[in-house]
Amino acid sequence: MLIDCPHCGPRDLAEFSYQGDATRTRPDPASTDTQAWLDYVYNRPNPAGRHREYWQHTGGCRAHLVVERDTLTHEIHAVAPVRGNAKSGDAA
Amino acid sequence: MSPRRTSAGGSIDRTRTIRFTFDGEAHTGHAGDTLASALLANGVSLVGRSFKYHRPRGVFSAGVDEPNALVTILREGVREPNIPATQIELHDGLRAESQNRFPSLAWDFGALNQLGGRLLGAGFYYKTFMGPVAGPLKGTRFWMMCEHVIRRAAGLGRADYEADPSRYEHMNAFCDVLVVGGGIAGLMAAEAAAKAGKRVILAEQEKQTGGFARWSGETIDAKPADAWAAEITARLSALDNVRLLTRTAVWGYYDGNTLAALERVNDHVARTPKGHPRQRHWTIRAGTVVLATGALERPIVFPGNDCPGVMLAGAVRRYAGEFGVLPGEKTVLFTNNDSAYQAAAAIRRAGGHVAAIVDVRKQIGDEATALATEAGVVPLTGHAIVGTKGGKALSGAVVQAFDADTGRLSGEARPIDCDSLAVSGGWQPVIHLASQAGGKPVWDAEKQAFLPPEPTQRWIGAGAFLGETGSVEALASGRNAGLKSADKRPSRAKLPETAPSALDLTPAPVLEIRGKGKAFVDFQHDVTADDVRLAHREGFVSVEHLKRYTTLGMATDQGKTSNVPGLAIMAAARGIEIPQAGTTRFRPPFSPVAIGALAAERYGDLKPERLTPLHDWHEEHGAEMTPAGLWHRPLAYAGAGETVEQAYIREASAVRRSVGLVDVSTLGKIAVKGPDAATFLDRVYTNTFSTLKVGKARYGLMLREDGLVFDDGTTWRLGETDFLMTTTTANAGPVMQHLEYCLDILWPDLKVHLTSVTDQWAGAAIAGPKARAVLERCVTGTAVDNDALPFMGIVHGEIDGAPVMICRLSFSGELAYEVYCGAGHGVHVWEALLEAGEPFGITPYGMEALGALRIEKGHVTGAEIDGRTTARDLYLDGMLSKKKSFIGSGLMDRPALIDRNRLRLVGVVSLDGQPLGGGAHLVESGNRDEPGDSIGHVTGYCYSPALEKYIGLALVKGGKTRHGTRAFLSDPLRKRFGQVEIVSHHFFDPDGERMHG
Repeated sequence: MLIDCPHCGPRDLAEFSYQGDATRTRPDPASTDTQAWLDYVYNRPNPAGRHREYWQHTGGCRAHLVVERDTLTHEIHAVAPVRGNAKSGDAA
Repeated sequence: MSPRRTSAGGSIDRTRTIRFTFDGEAHTGHAGDTLASALLANGVSLVGRSFKYHRPRGVFSAGVDEPNALVTILREGVREPNIPATQIELHDGLRAESQNRFPSLAWDFGALNQLGGRLLGAGFYYKTFMGPVAGPLKGTRFWMMCEHVIRRAAGLGRADYEADPSRYEHMNAFCDVLVVGGGIAGLMAAEAAAKAGKRVILAEQEKQTGGFARWSGETIDAKPADAWAAEITARLSALDNVRLLTRTAVWGYYDGNTLAALERVNDHVARTPKGHPRQRHWTIRAGTVVLATGALERPIVFPGNDCPGVMLAGAVRRYAGEFGVLPGEKTVLFTNNDSAYQAAAAIRRAGGHVAAIVDVRKQIGDEATALATEAGVVPLTGHAIVGTKGGKALSGAVVQAFDADTGRLSGEARPIDCDSLAVSGGWQPVIHLASQAGGKPVWDAEKQAFLPPEPTQRWIGAGAFLGETGSVEALASGRNAGLKSADKRPSRAKLPETAPSALDLTPAPVLEIRGKGKAFVDFQHDVTADDVRLAHREGFVSVEHLKRYTTLGMATDQGKTSNVPGLAIMAAARGIEIPQAGTTRFRPPFSPVAIGALAAERYGDLKPERLTPLHDWHEEHGAEMTPAGLWHRPLAYAGAGETVEQAYIREASAVRRSVGLVDVSTLGKIAVKGPDAATFLDRVYTNTFSTLKVGKARYGLMLREDGLVFDDGTTWRLGETDFLMTTTTANAGPVMQHLEYCLDILWPDLKVHLTSVTDQWAGAAIAGPKARAVLERCVTGTAVDNDALPFMGIVHGEIDGAPVMICRLSFSGELAYEVYCGAGHGVHVWEALLEAGEPFGITPYGMEALGALRIEKGHVTGAEIDGRTTARDLYLDGMLSKKKSFIGSGLMDRPALIDRNRLRLVGVVSLDGQPLGGGAHLVESGNRDEPGDSIGHVTGYCYSPALEKYIGLALVKGGKTRHGTRAFLSDPLRKRFGQVEIVSHHFFDPDGERMHG
């Protein structure tokens, strides 16, 4: 799998760390809604097909990227840095 | 010369004799031989015993598909099992051993298994070892009792206990076009792509390119085909944009046109040259892949088909053509297509004798008839082989009239005298890589073979891979694939000329002849046709179930000769067509890969290691080093005649009594800077840092989002917006990554910058009642008394001219300081500290003493912060701020995480004067044999010089509520059982008077 890092160019999977689902939303930090926290930490959709994920370019620029990847074919449809986007996935 | 070796022909060098041994017996062969060809030339027909039944087995094929002739190679002090003899290039001094036999290959005790053969069918383990529901052998106990006997009886080669001393390399490569397979199609493709200016890699798994042309005896461009292949190969090697990799098997096809290959660099020489790798693992990223992987011959399944002497017809042709070896004096061929006729003619041309050609078809074409005539026989059409004669060597075949349309045998079975039986069941394209790339193989009823799927990645097929079997087609499709890979249209230029063949290689749809006796489908795993039918009767009808129930196709050859026949038998049993029965998806590797090759430089000499600036000093001063992740840290500085235990007790006592010095450079260090740095730390730590004064440090605790403890360490406020965070050695990387995640994703609005500075600082902790006195003797530019440098205070100064930063904090519980300086000054400052400490007998100490001191104090480390403990479990509740939210605050109060009966931190004292053991369980029962359930486990232990006892830390159910009670240490692996007392984890100086003093 190659990920086209917006800073560094196309790089091998080995340079990246998977950093989880990019579609989840972190509850308000002061929230006491345990269910909302449990959903955030543990419950994940497991879509067969396109999925938005965080990948960190740990062996390169170390930026976190939002990667839109097809979980069936591993085809990558889009890569964008988290920073500089309108809003990050968790904060959205 | 051996009687089986022809006097001329082939590509071996008869002038060079090579000596080797097989099972200790000396043999000779020639340069260019494989172990298999040399054994056949020496008349060795029995080369191994089978997996389950210990049946005698011989060489079956001539290439990568070999299921039977697996041997163990003894080379450079290592035994490597399960290597196909067909893949071993003969070299001087080669030592090979047969496998799965006791006491010897010819007289094998385990062959008794054949008598119980009916019991050992598919599913034998599952059915036999379901123990009774009650009694001493209930459940799996019966299996466990029998297992060690069975494991010895069944199996193949035995692996070594010695470490593999070989060196392996990993190489990355990039190319526009990767051509897999160096047969004539692959060579044509490579040349066409190279001429179009593409960067080409051509990988051929055997020792040289040419493939089939090396032994076919055909003519291309008026030259012998092997000479033609050598010429085009020479042209390719002369090109700068072509890299030729021989002895290189492409074994995996992954996403993004990334392929994995194994180059056997030095397996064919007696001794690996110094500095060379034994094998090289390639990761190749290719723009386009040309799959010119050829086809493999399938056998026909019939009773007795595993007798040594039964071989694939194409293999017999290859042994005659390439090695000048005749596998027998009298050969019978058995076929369902025309390719056996080519083998018959090749045997005759090499001077051998063909006894008969048995063909299941009623009629054959003119060209096949002509080849039979050349071979000197009239084909027995409409007949089949129904059995073999002979035990350790074939002595005859049994033939009977057969109707291919009905599958019925008729008439009388009669024997034919022979010592070699060559079988052809048609050809199956090698579609493994195409299947790995994605896409389902397509069954072609006309060709009776699985053809490649539609490409799901950028690959183009060529040659026999496409199901075309002639050289004319291979030359054309090879060139077209090469042009297409270069985005060029097919060329009309003249192709190399070769005679078209009128032979019909399309097989009659007969892959099994049913009769009495064991008929093997998968030779390597001893799966018979009856096993496949048994699986069917018992409901394991899907291909994936069939495979797992019978282990068909799961051996090291991955079913290269057995997949299609197995499938055909299952389809027949179910009364359906082969495509309905399905095919399994091929997975990497195509051929076996040594784990060492995958690990490559990550193991052995070239493994990366991290050394502190003081590393050389430690080694020069007698430290025994211990690995800590990639780091190497001193365990203890044992003097002459001193054990590690004696050394650490001496070192720890010195710290408590006077002063000691330890290298803490490995601690993770992260510079956290920016206007929002304090806010950021408040969010990632459970306690507050925004209130910390400049010039002070604070101990901090980090949780994960799930509320469990992640890491701890001190963070120093060097300026209003400038912090230096320290982490544990093991978590330096994960903490950095966590902080980056938080900043990038959770709080991108915070203005904070992170820099890992672990390697920029050298750190030494000086601890003990005399620590301050030592600093006073060597630190300039700052005072270090209690007012200038109170507990958790930070000062900047110099030691012998080197700038230092000193923070007063303690892991040992003593008056202690951490002295940091630039990494380049590390040794200088360390030695200055030692010199200043000399009047106090300053003692360098290692990890063992560090551990003993922290256990005495009850400080936690990674053994307690094990990813399962909460702050409350470690009695660090006070660190959890109630005034703010932080990472982990959302979930840390879940009921199960605040249960009082969780495993919580305690101290344990050995009551029998014997050491405790890390990981040993604690139990309530004093009955050593029936210790009952665990109430917890020991996380760290030491001999405490302060208490003069063996003590430890433990995580125990209920924690504090058990203080003052007794329990037992149960450690059956180390044969240790003894009584302990559970106490507070603060063994020594619980009020901290010493470190605050």
